[in-house]
Amino acid sequence: MASNSRISREEVARIAALARISLGEQELNHLAGQIDGILDAVAVVQEAAGAAVPAMSHPLEITNVTRPDVILPSLTPDQALSGAPASEDSRFRVPQILGEEA
Amino acid sequence: MSDLIKKSAAELGSLISQGQVSSREVTQAHLDQIAATDPTINAFLFIDNEGALAQADLADRTKGEGKSPLHGVPLALKDVLTQKGVPTTCGSKILEGWRPPYDSTVVTRLKDSGVIILGKTNMDEFAMGSSTENSAFGPTRNPWDTERIPGGSGGGSAAALAAFQAPLAIGTDTGGSIRQPAAVTGTVGVKPTYGGVSRYGLVAFSSSLDQAGPCARTVLDTALLHQVIAGYDPKDATSINAAVPDVVAAAQRSDVKGMKIGVVKELSGDGYEKGVADRFAESLAILESQGAEIIEVSCPNFKYALGAYYLIAPSEASSNLARFDAMRYGLRVGDDGSRSAEEVMSLTRAAGFGAEVKRRIILGTYALSAGYYEAFYGSAQKVRTLITRDFAAAYQKVDVLVSPTTPTVAFKIGAKSDDPVSMYLSDVATIPVNLAGVASMSLPAGLSEGLPVGFQIIAPAMKDDRLYQVGGALERELHRQWNGPLTHQIPELQVR
Repeated sequence: MASNSRISREEVARIAALARISLGEQELNHLAGQIDGILDAVAVVQEAAGAAVPAMSHPLEITNVTRPDVILPSLTPDQALSGAPASEDSRFRVPQILGEEA
Repeated sequence: MSDLIKKSAAELGSLISQGQVSSREVTQAHLDQIAATDPTINAFLFIDNEGALAQADLADRTKGEGKSPLHGVPLALKDVLTQKGVPTTCGSKILEGWRPPYDSTVVTRLKDSGVIILGKTNMDEFAMGSSTENSAFGPTRNPWDTERIPGGSGGGSAAALAAFQAPLAIGTDTGGSIRQPAAVTGTVGVKPTYGGVSRYGLVAFSSSLDQAGPCARTVLDTALLHQVIAGYDPKDATSINAAVPDVVAAAQRSDVKGMKIGVVKELSGDGYEKGVADRFAESLAILESQGAEIIEVSCPNFKYALGAYYLIAPSEASSNLARFDAMRYGLRVGDDGSRSAEEVMSLTRAAGFGAEVKRRIILGTYALSAGYYEAFYGSAQKVRTLITRDFAAAYQKVDVLVSPTTPTVAFKIGAKSDDPVSMYLSDVATIPVNLAGVASMSLPAGLSEGLPVGFQIIAPAMKDDRLYQVGGALERELHRQWNGPLTHQIPELQVR
């Protein structure tokens, strides 16, 4: 299977890191095999898609929707923070983002 | 068991408006049924006893002329739609305990119409699945046979209807999550035209495919609920600003004389069980006897639909689910003061998401990544065009298309849970609809070895009324044969 696979275990690990999902060894092995199987099944789309066919991203003709720039009632700071894992001074409290020493 | 729970929503609404029964009595009867049966079925993730009774008392105080025909009637809400102050988990550990500070537009409309929300129903995590086994809170069981799945992702809503826990339910359908559960539980479910029902407050899975819709035990009840929730909403940029088709009148008229009904050739044959094919053929014969013209139609690109769907939906999901970042709401894991935000994010998503959600996020991230984008996501988008053209060509010849909703009846819990590709085939007949954004209904066609079979109707965009016209006609004859809705034939539940 390894020689014919569409995606390597290392590639799945790289993609998982991009998607911010930390995977253990066992989970990674299991997922890599399954994702390879799924890619095999979905690759059928490549035979249908000729160069002349336009791509479609949405069922509707979407145009940008705007509204007048008027202030409307919205969530209070308390409501907005009601589900936060941590908050402080009416703000979301988050772990360090710039890699400084804690 | 109270007689009230066997009644249709239309009957209950009428009894309530005439003062023959109170909304409180009706609501209490359903809460009692939930208390008695849900330890076995597990259709609900949250039962809002107090809130429902308070809503019922309000409905009793405000009933009167000009109210919605569903005023005071209870409903089960899929746990992917926000309801202010009520837990909303999407079947995921990552949102466990979250109480949204706002109502979805669907919930606002339900409340404005006096509909009583009993609680939140179980689902595959973030609506990814066809069996409800992917819920972080345990599978829902099919009331027809509790060893079997109730379909997914909206298995909780469908099972609640079949177990007489509620006469109405809300589902959402990205690739079949309303219709496939309806099919395998012997209930009715409609995926409206994309843009027909607001997605505001619907936790997004695949934004170009997701659509909320009505579920019930009869076609008329489904139409009454459709009318309540559908219509333009400025809060959803993809909401269609046009009049809602008169689905209730269509359900009541239910006349197919002279209609052209197209049978999709590609949605039959290999993989479709004999019992499913037989019930489908019998339903066609009924429609023909009622004066419809049955025509075979070919949609040659439908064979690529499953592949396109399992690239487009995971791609959009990988982007939509990026919002679960452990920063603003939901779970946060590993924040010990030394780890970076990025590390906390990765640990939280690892702990909070289940296997299927991780599979799809990784698949989608891959399909969108540099070097693979054109081959996978790009090709899938082209297939989407081809499928939409197939529908357009078919609707030149016919008024609606039909097929079995699912290739098989409900399978056993656990039968496909570690075989994603086999699980994905459950939605082979429902997926083309979402890719094109057209409207579709599943309604019961009968039983195969004691388990329900679904009949699927597909109408052009914004012609949702045709679903009810055809579904109503077929249902009228089937109810005559069955002496009432199919759900009345459910074996008595062996409660635990």
